Amino acid sequence: MARKLMKGNEAIAAAAINAGCRFFFGYPITPQNEIPEYMSRELPKIGGTYVQAESEVAAINMVYGAAGAGARVLTSSSSPGISLMQEGISYIAGAELPCVLVNVMRAGPGLGGVQPAQADYFQATKGGGHGDYRVIVLAPANLQEAVDLTQLAFDLADKYRNPVMVLADGMIGQLMEPVELSPYQPAAGLPAKDWATTGTSHSGGRRRIINSLYLYPDELEKHVRAIFRKYDEVERTEVRFELLDCEDADIVIVAYGTTSRIARSAIDKCRRLGLRVGLLRPITLYPFPFAAFEQVMGRARSFLVVEMSMGQMLDDVKIAVAGRRPIAFYGRTGGIVPTPEEVVKQVQEIAGGRVA
Amino acid sequence: MKVVYEKSPGLTDVPMHYCPGCTHGIIHKLVAETLVELDVLGRAVVVAPVGCAVFAYDYFNCDAQEAAHGRAPAVATGIKRVHPDNIVFTYQGDGDLASIGMGEIVHAAMRGENITVVFVNNAIYGMTGGQMAPTTLVGQPTTTSPTGRSRIGQGAPLRVCEMLATIEATTYIARVSVHTIPRLNAAKRAIKKAFQLQLENKGFSLVEVLSTCPTNWGLSPVDALRWVEQNMIPIYPLGVYKDVEGGT
Repeated sequence: MARKLMKGNEAIAAAAINAGCRFFFGYPITPQNEIPEYMSRELPKIGGTYVQAESEVAAINMVYGAAGAGARVLTSSSSPGISLMQEGISYIAGAELPCVLVNVMRAGPGLGGVQPAQADYFQATKGGGHGDYRVIVLAPANLQEAVDLTQLAFDLADKYRNPVMVLADGMIGQLMEPVELSPYQPAAGLPAKDWATTGTSHSGGRRRIINSLYLYPDELEKHVRAIFRKYDEVERTEVRFELLDCEDADIVIVAYGTTSRIARSAIDKCRRLGLRVGLLRPITLYPFPFAAFEQVMGRARSFLVVEMSMGQMLDDVKIAVAGRRPIAFYGRTGGIVPTPEEVVKQVQEIAGGRVA
Repeated sequence: MKVVYEKSPGLTDVPMHYCPGCTHGIIHKLVAETLVELDVLGRAVVVAPVGCAVFAYDYFNCDAQEAAHGRAPAVATGIKRVHPDNIVFTYQGDGDLASIGMGEIVHAAMRGENITVVFVNNAIYGMTGGQMAPTTLVGQPTTTSPTGRSRIGQGAPLRVCEMLATIEATTYIARVSVHTIPRLNAAKRAIKKAFQLQLENKGFSLVEVLSTCPTNWGLSPVDALRWVEQNMIPIYPLGVYKDVEGGT
């Protein structure tokens, strides 16, 4: 298929359909409205279903029902709406259902603003709702990657029977870039959904029950430990990251999504100034690429974390670096997107020995 | 020996946890019989609530999904939209449906979701130990209205059938009771009609069943049945509030 100029939100929606998603449940919120709008327009043409829910709370529970019925299902929202979905996400993880969530992050806290932000990192990667569980989190930095990761998200969800979140931001959602939607094949060996509630006449009378309630503590602990064995496998096999110009880098910038694009521009400028700077870009935020830091640790003298937040991924970088190198942080918040020049200035300060 | 009565194959063999004198068991039986009589047990999916009926997924002999508190109509929407040939129903109490889940039930009704709702109203939160519900009668003491529900500050009972009957896309809305044998038989007919309408793809149907809670009302099972007759029915009149087919 030829490359096509698309808006980020529409590219994500098109990728979901390409991956076999035929069910979308959502609620309007800026800056992700092009996703539900695209789905409401395109899904009926191919026998799919779009339902505009009365709230994000209802939308995520419709996702629960559809996922439990065996469908590939998507919802999308932006930060305040994702907060409302946390109850349902916890239930979906607890009941081990596959689904894909898109968070086109905007600035918070509270109603915040509609401009791009990355301040939902903690919520996305550390659980978000109640109880012991994780959401697999994929962070695209450009629209082709948004397409590829959205399709991957459906495979990972089905493979691990767990919610997978595509964590974008208002910039990724709203910008336009050429993308290619190649013919999609689901990953080989995905397990059959023999647990889906399609009626016992389809299962030889065996009842399928979708549930996260275990009133006996020993049963619940067994259930949670089984879920965490899946997370062990996720952490072993699903880590994705990119290293750029790290071979000779004295300073390694750590950034994901939109800020990693800005870091790339900053690195070009730094290199022209004779500063040896590289980029470590996590693509999976959970599982976080802790081991990737070992690949750059030998050469790097310090790290600079850049985020559109007051410092959230920073905590994981601190765990990865474990006190072995100084870590500087540069964050903008409130919907302000940092410029490459601002990042260059931070690098120059570190290079000049004024690292925090 | 001739079998004159047996447990419906629509129910599993799991012993029910309901309190003595509670009518949840009777309502389960009526729903289970209906699924068998309409020959839809093999394609039925029950959505269980949070509340006394939380273990409904253990009792109905069909596929099941357990929903978060109040969200059963949204979960049922997701199931039904994926598999329109499944017979999907929620089984919800008054705290679940009329309090925390009011948004979900109203909007499922508004969309005309082709699902059936069995709404069990016993005017109190049973599972959590007898707290005030939106359906608690004025003057009725509960653990969170110890001197009786006051109209001022705590309001008067919500009437779900009357409210949902105003919604255009609903097909059948009825309030029934199971406190006497004739009432029980009428309740069975209403439940069967509600499922029949789903089977015919007519849209959203709901049957509210007035139920007892001897434990939290502090009454004997017999007195609890009497309390339904004397105290609940005057506030929650029985009858058909909406029937697109024009029946009453």
